[in-house]
Formats: sequence, structure tokens, C-alpha cells
Amino acid sequence: MNFPLMPPQASEFAPRYDALFWVISGLTVIFTIMVAVLILALASKYKRGSNADRSNPSSHNTKLEMLLMGVPTILGMVIFVWSAVLFIEARTMPKEAQEIFVIGKRWMWHAQHMNGIRENNEITVPLGAPVKLTMISQDVVHAMYLPDFRAQYHVVPGRYTQLHFTATKPGTYKMFCAIHCGTQHSEMVGYVHVLPQAEFDAWMANGGNRYAKTNLTMAEAGKQIWDDKGCGNCHQTLDNERAPSVVGIYGSTRKLADGTTAVANEDYLRESILRPWNRLTEGYERTMQAYDGVLSEEQVLNLVAYMKSLGQGGTSPVKGEYEQPEKTGRDFPVGRKDPVDIANERGSAGASQAHDLRNNP
Amino acid sequence: MSSTVIEQAVEREEPAAPKKNYLNADHTIKSWLLTGDHKRIAVLYLISVTFFFFLGGLAAAFIRAELTSPMGTLLNSETYNKMFSAHGIIMIFFFLVAAIPAVLGNFLIPLMIGARDLAFPRLNLASWYVFMLGGLLFIIALIMGGVDAGWTFYTPLSSLYSQTQITLALVGLFLAGFSSIMTGVNFIATIHKMRAPGMTWFRLPLYVWSHYATSIIVILGTPVVAITLLLVALERGLRIGIFSPELGGDPVLFQHMFWFYSHPAVYIMLLPGMGIISEIMACFSRRPVFGYKFVAFSSMAIAGLGFLVWGHHMYVSSQSVYQGIIFSLISFLVAVPSAIKVFNWSLTMWKGSVIFSTPMIYALGFLGLFTIGGLTGLYLSAIGTDIHLTGTYFIVAHFHYVMVGGTVMAFLGGLHFWWPKMFGRMYSEFWGRVSAIVVFVGFNFTFFPQFILGYLGMPRRYHYYYIAPEWQIYNVLSTAGSTVLGIGFLMPVFYLLKSLKSGPIAGPNPWGATGLEWEAASSPPITLNFEGMPKVVGPVYNYDAIEDSESYRREMKEKVTK
Repeated sequence: MNFPLMPPQASEFAPRYDALFWVISGLTVIFTIMVAVLILALASKYKRGSNADRSNPSSHNTKLEMLLMGVPTILGMVIFVWSAVLFIEARTMPKEAQEIFVIGKRWMWHAQHMNGIRENNEITVPLGAPVKLTMISQDVVHAMYLPDFRAQYHVVPGRYTQLHFTATKPGTYKMFCAIHCGTQHSEMVGYVHVLPQAEFDAWMANGGNRYAKTNLTMAEAGKQIWDDKGCGNCHQTLDNERAPSVVGIYGSTRKLADGTTAVANEDYLRESILRPWNRLTEGYERTMQAYDGVLSEEQVLNLVAYMKSLGQGGTSPVKGEYEQPEKTGRDFPVGRKDPVDIANERGSAGASQAHDLRNNP
Repeated sequence: MSSTVIEQAVEREEPAAPKKNYLNADHTIKSWLLTGDHKRIAVLYLISVTFFFFLGGLAAAFIRAELTSPMGTLLNSETYNKMFSAHGIIMIFFFLVAAIPAVLGNFLIPLMIGARDLAFPRLNLASWYVFMLGGLLFIIALIMGGVDAGWTFYTPLSSLYSQTQITLALVGLFLAGFSSIMTGVNFIATIHKMRAPGMTWFRLPLYVWSHYATSIIVILGTPVVAITLLLVALERGLRIGIFSPELGGDPVLFQHMFWFYSHPAVYIMLLPGMGIISEIMACFSRRPVFGYKFVAFSSMAIAGLGFLVWGHHMYVSSQSVYQGIIFSLISFLVAVPSAIKVFNWSLTMWKGSVIFSTPMIYALGFLGLFTIGGLTGLYLSAIGTDIHLTGTYFIVAHFHYVMVGGTVMAFLGGLHFWWPKMFGRMYSEFWGRVSAIVVFVGFNFTFFPQFILGYLGMPRRYHYYYIAPEWQIYNVLSTAGSTVLGIGFLMPVFYLLKSLKSGPIAGPNPWGATGLEWEAASSPPITLNFEGMPKVVGPVYNYDAIEDSESYRREMKEKVTK
């Protein structure tokens, strides 16, 4: 079991904050122990019937009272000044900060960068550069709370408030709404992504995507995978002894090694990519590698789309000889991104193709 | 032979309850519901606030059960929000504010100063009816669906956005506020005008001083929150723009007006408890309270400074930086009188004769918990460290240490201390001590983990925390502790009720305490409190620790030789 004792320190302010926090904690522990020891010592020494000396008792001592008032006052003033300095630091907005505009509304955070990039429940910021959030609420009072940056400020309807921080560690940090704002208050949460400056610049340039948009159709993306995995080394334009051709394979009736037949629909193609030995085409051996666990569903969809683009029902899409596709050399980010993100990045064309593919087998 | 003589002597000394007292003076329900007797009204209040305490506790049980899992267990978010709102509103407005002044204050202030009743007995009864009407309206609001805006009612959530029974609840709280104003006026008039001959200001028990300070806060602060709640209701019902920007109002104005009452309200809840601790520490140390005048004036200082620190709830609310810093400075100053009190209570035991009775264990528990509650207040009054902690479980832990570890511990201590005076019978000392220890242990298990949760960044009022499942372990610990705490709170219900029937007769002064309520009144007191007009000739807290400890040694010796 894990007992975390402090949140990550991810901003320039955080270690300075924690220094004061732990000093006050030290004082708290010392004074608590002092009071506890005082109480226990007096209570046990002067327990009724004990032999303690009770002569000449006194029930007031102005000098002692002054001391007991003076010490806490002085310590309190030290803490007060220290914390006021910290607060002024937290509330003085740096002049050359990257400004991000944040709108709080029930129950989400909406962020907008100067160049127009918009984010929901996420704020992407550069590492090591001061960032200023200018915030306003669209409805009730919210609070932008970034515990790992030790930063918090209310997000108020009708007026702009600001908050600044300089992130010191790349990574993803939690973001909360800390003022009760109604039913889904506890779900008004999100993340701050801290990216190294170069990555952040790329992110900005890519319009808010970590990878450049490819603008490829599904079939084009499938072709990239086809090339990348070297499928064309065996699956050539015509059937050969190593592998059948996939030109026009979609919709054709396949004779299988076990004597049955199958229509090469999306399911068949997917199965033959992921577990080719299950439904071997008549006349072929178990030569092909299984791509189960190697390719994502996203990539399989793209491959299938590519195969469909090569003609259907056994007819070649182009008359004449089919040319081996040339390698484009583009580095497709295999396995590095969430498939959903990739689908979104592709834009609506790819998504609707994928949709069609599912609904019209 | 000799032992039987002693036993007979003991039997003869067995005190008897007075034949006619305030409890059996009249038996009809009407005689209770139309009584002007401050003691009977105190009993009515005791029943009422106990009911509200367990109602609020039930809501707390749901909250704790819910938080054992990051995804919740039983409730949906809307119900969860209604639970914590109900918990906060009931505990603050219908238990903490009323508990000590309206129950023990009502009962004891006339007895302590040698008066026959409060200055305005009918106003006193009216305050109970207004309180009950307010409570009834709030319970109706609960039955009709409850409220979900939290006890703080921040606008514009409460005024324009919440779809729950806010208006009805606000009217209920408005009435409860009037009830405490009535009690406050009554106390001030009584303490000024009705002290017995010889009861000078500096012969007043510190308990009376702290109620005096409390009453001043109540009559100055409560009208402000009453107006504020009314304005919220107006904005809600008539869309008069006061706090909502879309109607031309200012949401931060609400926070200023709300905390102008609600910070002093912390002292309304706490100061009477401090008064109880002074009495218990003196009685069970057999010593006068150390630094009487410092303790008395620290109550007045808290009452005064308490009005100048409301802005420390609003450091990050968009009030100006300078304003925040001033509020922070004054907040540090208000900590000093509280520190003085803790030191003086502890030093009261010096050269005393300390008796570990049930009330004393509660009082010592109070000292420990209040010290932690007070010191953790430094993190929050320090404007720099407050940034990260405000609105988190750190705050929740802090104010529970002050409100439960302080006020509730003091209330239970006081209830156990004056129970024999109120009802004339002793409860089981064994179960009393057990409950005090169970409450102390359960309390720490419940609320200490919440300090860590707050520092880790868990915001308060969160139903789900699936975003940070690492918080679960502390939440589970806290819930486990709250089970123990709940048992500790339930135990007194049983043995105190049992004592009413079969407890040993207490006699006028079972603790050997000083003070008019012990020395000049029977247990339970007669309707007019005293047989004649009591006269005060000596100083307050006229205890003799040397004599007490030596007589105790003699007694023990006799037991051993016997």
C-alpha cells in the first residue's frame, strides 16, 4: 500500500512554498509536543494524592503571561512576513508570460491559446517558461487549483482573475475546480500537460496536436503501413508461390486450405492479417507472420481500406500491370499514439470512411 | 465493627434529591412547552440539539461511506452534494451555534451568577420556538429534496443556479439566527443586571465571561448573516441583482458579507466551549484558573479581533493583495489569545490535585485537539501557505479539529460535568471515561488523515476522486476512524439516559466544586434556583489543592488499613 505524503513539486514556486510549509509543520509539531508534555507532566506530577510539593502555589504570573504571549507573537510575525512575501510572489504576474485564457463553466474548463488553439479540460504549457492564466467564469464561482504547482485562484463570473506559474518538470499534472459549483463539481477536473519548449512549439505549430497532421486518407495511411511492414515483398501484383495477391481480393470468394470457401470481407481480411493461419488460402503454407498484437485496430482498418482501394471482387482497379507502391519514407508513428487521437487528427474524412467500413461489410 | 459504623455513616451522608425541583415541579406537557424556567428551556434545547447532532451525524456517515471508493459507493453526485450541505448546515446552524449557549449557558448562567432566571424568560422560550420553527423549515426543505449549495451558499450558485430548496432553507437559517440573537440579548442583560450581591465582574466564573463575549459577537454578527441570507432569497425569488453579475451584482460581495458573520461564528461556537474548559480544569485540578484575568480578557480580545479577520477565507477570491495581507496579519494576532488560554489551562494543574474524572478527560482531550486545530490554523492564516490549502481537505481537517475537537469535546465535557446538577444523578464513571477515550482516538483517526489529503491536493466537497486514486487509502482510514468516533458519540446516549433512571443520587455538589451552582443550589435545582438570595463573599475558584490531596491520601490509607 502506498502512503503518499506530498504532492509532486512541478513549479518554480512549489519548493519555496514547501519550505515555509514544512517550517510551519515543524513549529506545529514542536508546540504540540510541548503542550502535550506540559499537560502530561503536570497531570501526572500533581495527580491527586501524589507526594508533589504543593506549597506556595500561585495562580497568576504576569511576566510568564507576557512571555507566553510574546514568543508566539514573534514567531507568528516571522511566519506572517515570510508568507506575505510568498503571496506577493504568487500574485505578481510576470511581464513576459505566455498568456492562456481559461473559461470555467459548469462543469468543464475551456482553454484558449493566443494563436487560437483551443483545449477542453486540458491546458498544454511550455516547460520552464512563465505562464499566465487569465480566467473568467461563465456561470458560478469556480477555482482553478493546480496542487502540483501550489497554485490556486478563484474563477469568478463578471471579472477576470489571473494566476501564474512556471513549470519545472515535464509531465501531466492534475487540475481541479476547488469551489463547489454544483452537481458535477467533482468531475470538473482535467490535466495540465507540460512539454519541453521544442515539443511545445511543435505542438503549437501543429495546431494543438503533438504530431503533425498527416492529411492522408485511410487507404493512403494503409499503404504506408503496407510499405512499412514490407507486406508487398510477398503479396505482389499476381499470386506467386509465397503469397496470394491482394489486388482485387476484397469481395472475392476464397478457396481455403481446408476445402471450404469464404468471402473476403472486412472480417476475413482482418482475421487474415492478425491470425493468417486460421484461414489459409488453398495452396499456401503457414509462412505469414501473425500480426496480432503488432498492429493496432486503427492500423488494421487502414490496411483493409488500402486493400479495398486495390480493386474489388477480383478485378484490378487499374488496367495493365499493377506497380509496386513506392516507399514514401514517411515515419508513421506506429504504436505511439492513442488510436482515437489518430482518428481525430485524420479529420472527418478518415473517420467517416472507418464508419462506412463498419456499417457496410 | 468499625467498618459497619463507617458504612452507616456513609449511608447517613447519602445525599437526597430535593423533593420539589424544576424537573418535577409540574408534570404536564403544557408546563414544559409554556415554561419560562431557564432550566426547562435548557432541557428542551438539549433534546433538540441532540436530535440535530445525530441527524447531521447521519449525513456525515453517508459522506464517509461514499468516499471509501474513488467512484463513490451508494449515492449519485447530486445526493452526495445534498448530504454534505445538510451535514454542514445542521451541524453549524442547528447544533454548534446553539449547543453550548442554549443548553448549558441557559441552564447555568443564572445559577452561576446567583439569579432566579434569565432577564427575559419569555424571550428565552420564544427563542426555542423560533429555533424549532427554523429547524422544522430546514427539515421540510430536506424532505422536499434538500439543498446542494453547501453551508456557505456561495452566490450565484445558491441564488440563480441551484434547483434545490434553497429559499426554504434560507428562511429556516434566518429564523435560527434570530433565535441566537434572542439568547444573546438575554445573556448580556442577565450578566449585567442580575448578578447576586458580591458577584463582582472579576468574581464571575470564566464560563460567564466567555458567554458574555459570545453574546456580543452574536448580537453584532448574526444580523449581518440574516440580511445576507435574505438578500440571497430576494435575488433567487425576485431576481433583484445583488450578488449575480448577470443581474448586475457582485458575487464576491456575498463572500464578504457571509464571512463577516461566519468567521466570528467560529468564535460563537468555540468561546462557550472554552468557558467550560476553564470550569472543568479548575474543578479537577482543585486550583483557580491560572491567569484568570488573562483568560477573561483573551475571550474579549477574541470577540473583538474575530470581527476583523473574515477576509482570511478569501485570500484567493480576487480581493486585493493588500487587503489579504492585512487580514493575514490580524489573523496571526487573534491566534495569541487562543494560545494564552491553552497555556493557562495547562498551568492550572500546576501544584493542583488532578482528578481524572470523565469531564477532565474530555477537557484534556480538548486541550490536545484544540492545540492541533489552532496550530494548523497558522497554515491557513499565513496568506502564502493558504493558496495551496484553501478549499481542500486540509481546511476540512482544521475546522473539524476546532469545531469537533474543540466545541464538541467541550460540550460533552460540560454535559458530563453538569449532568449531576441538571438531573440530580450520577452516570457510570467507567463508561464515561471509556467514551471520552473512544471519542478522542476515533476523532484523530478520522480527521488526521484529512490533513495529508489536503496537502496532497484533494479538494473538499468532491464526490468522485477517480482522477487521483492514490487518495483512497487516507479516505478509507478516515472512514474507519469515523466509525469509532460515531460509536464514541453514541455511548453517552445510553449511559446518560440510564443514569436518569438508576444512577446514584448525586447530591448538590458531587465534584466538590466551587461556584454558586454547586454550593448554593440543590441538584437538580429548585424552580427558583436558590432558597434565598445567595451572597458572594469569597473569590472565584476558591479551591484548596493541598487539603484535597491530603484528605484523599487519608481516605486511601483508611481503605488500605480496613
